[in-house]
Amino acid sequence: MGAGRLYGAVAAGGFRRYATYRVATAAGVFTNTVFGLILVYTYLALWDEKPHLGGYDQAQAVTYVWLGQALLSTLALGGGGVETELMERIRTGDIAIDLYRPADLQLWWLSADLGRALFQLVGRGVVPFVFGALLFPTALPQDPLTWAAFLVAVVLAMVVGFGVRFLVALSAFWLMDGTGAQQMSWIVGFFCSGMIVPLNVFPGELGDFVRMLPWSALLQAPADVLLGEAGAWSTYAFQAGWAVVLLTAGRLVQVAATRRVVVQGG
Amino acid sequence: MAEPGRFAEGVRAYRLIAGMWIRSTMAYRASFVMTTFGNFAATALDFVAILLMFSRVDALGGWSLPEVAFLYGLSGMAFGLADLAIGSMDRLGSRVRDGTLDTLLVRPVPVLAQVAADRFGLRRLGRVVQGALVLGYALASLDIDWTPARVLLMPWMVVSGCGIFCAVFVAGAAFQFVAQDASEVQNAFTYGGTTLLQYPPTVFAQDLVRGVTFVLPLAFVNWLPASYVLGRPLPLELPGWVAFAGPAVAVACCALAGAAWRTGLRAYRSTGS
Repeated sequence: MGAGRLYGAVAAGGFRRYATYRVATAAGVFTNTVFGLILVYTYLALWDEKPHLGGYDQAQAVTYVWLGQALLSTLALGGGGVETELMERIRTGDIAIDLYRPADLQLWWLSADLGRALFQLVGRGVVPFVFGALLFPTALPQDPLTWAAFLVAVVLAMVVGFGVRFLVALSAFWLMDGTGAQQMSWIVGFFCSGMIVPLNVFPGELGDFVRMLPWSALLQAPADVLLGEAGAWSTYAFQAGWAVVLLTAGRLVQVAATRRVVVQGG
Repeated sequence: MAEPGRFAEGVRAYRLIAGMWIRSTMAYRASFVMTTFGNFAATALDFVAILLMFSRVDALGGWSLPEVAFLYGLSGMAFGLADLAIGSMDRLGSRVRDGTLDTLLVRPVPVLAQVAADRFGLRRLGRVVQGALVLGYALASLDIDWTPARVLLMPWMVVSGCGIFCAVFVAGAAFQFVAQDASEVQNAFTYGGTTLLQYPPTVFAQDLVRGVTFVLPLAFVNWLPASYVLGRPLPLELPGWVAFAGPAVAVACCALAGAAWRTGLRAYRSTGS
């Protein structure tokens, strides 16, 4: 089997696996919509008070809210990605079986996570976004090219998101129970991705600083491409840069970690 | 839980199971300290987001930062206490799915007490402490015209708010008897509810405010009583006495949630595996 077909099959498996739980998906759509409603009213009040805050007008801010809810589970910012399972396999020792397979550990989990993310985008992302766009004034581009550029940025965001979460998961090789590390990464990710407040609303130097971090490649970067606030190519360069750095770091940590694995009773 | 004997039995079982989980947590003290801090930090960032907003504006929906902090602290404490007490209820669906609920059914202890105390997480104190700190900040920076009624209303609303959120948790768990995979629906009302209440009611559409006053009465957790304490007009132009209705609303909610729970439990059919 060619490597491309193998990882393609893993990704398709990831997609189908999450597509199985229809009720859970519907529940997630409902919850994302409710949170979107709460956030959208606070943003409307915020932009009422200060129009053009952070360079967005009110319609752009509303679009940003619904985009955040649409991408929340896709980017697994609050958990729900493959990293939870990977950590559990490291803790229980099942990881030894994964390492024994004639496939690369990082690519295997990246494919599985991309399949998952793709399903979450279609299954959980579209409905809250359409709901928001129908009920509130949004700033959506007319040009199909902008939409295409946005989708490319979303795919890059998925890769960067995996890069961060893979590193967090590998910490379980040393910590055994990675719950604490995972919790910390959720907190930082939620805040630094702009899920609560867009990064361009952050004041002064704090704003400049968070915009350089990898989490700004997750939500803020695709949002700015969709809203026409940032050029596609410079955004891609930023995202791809972080993807390369994080995946390389993940690769190095993986090599160090697998040296530590001792298979008991083998 | 109709007879007092059974209620006392449930409380006793809850205490025993929760105590067991606390002892088990304390076996890993470092982990406990870290996860408690994590809980504290996670909710603290929520407030940092509000601070960020107020770094760019002076008021949100006509409410100042200390006033929003007042709402935030009350919502955080009421929800935090409910989450501490019975936050594990949202795991009911997975218990139904993997069949471990059956184990609870054969024990001579009320199932509700067992599910509520299951994996009792003392780390959830982090959220309560964070809410209390923000409330402390609000009280220190607000100039409230204290009357006996307003002083009384403070503990009054935290306790009844906790009761209302407990009812939401129980009702959500009852719903999971029907839809086991839908535990996330509950998050919309629990975490969503406390997030909603952190912001002033004036921010939201009137229909939404009506919904959380008359249908799912979350407004009684803090919006109504806090407006009274701050000397602001009550949302929806409700009369002042409504601010004191919290405990009655909480009791009614708990009764309804209890009925839903019993219905769900009676309808439960084991997966058999």
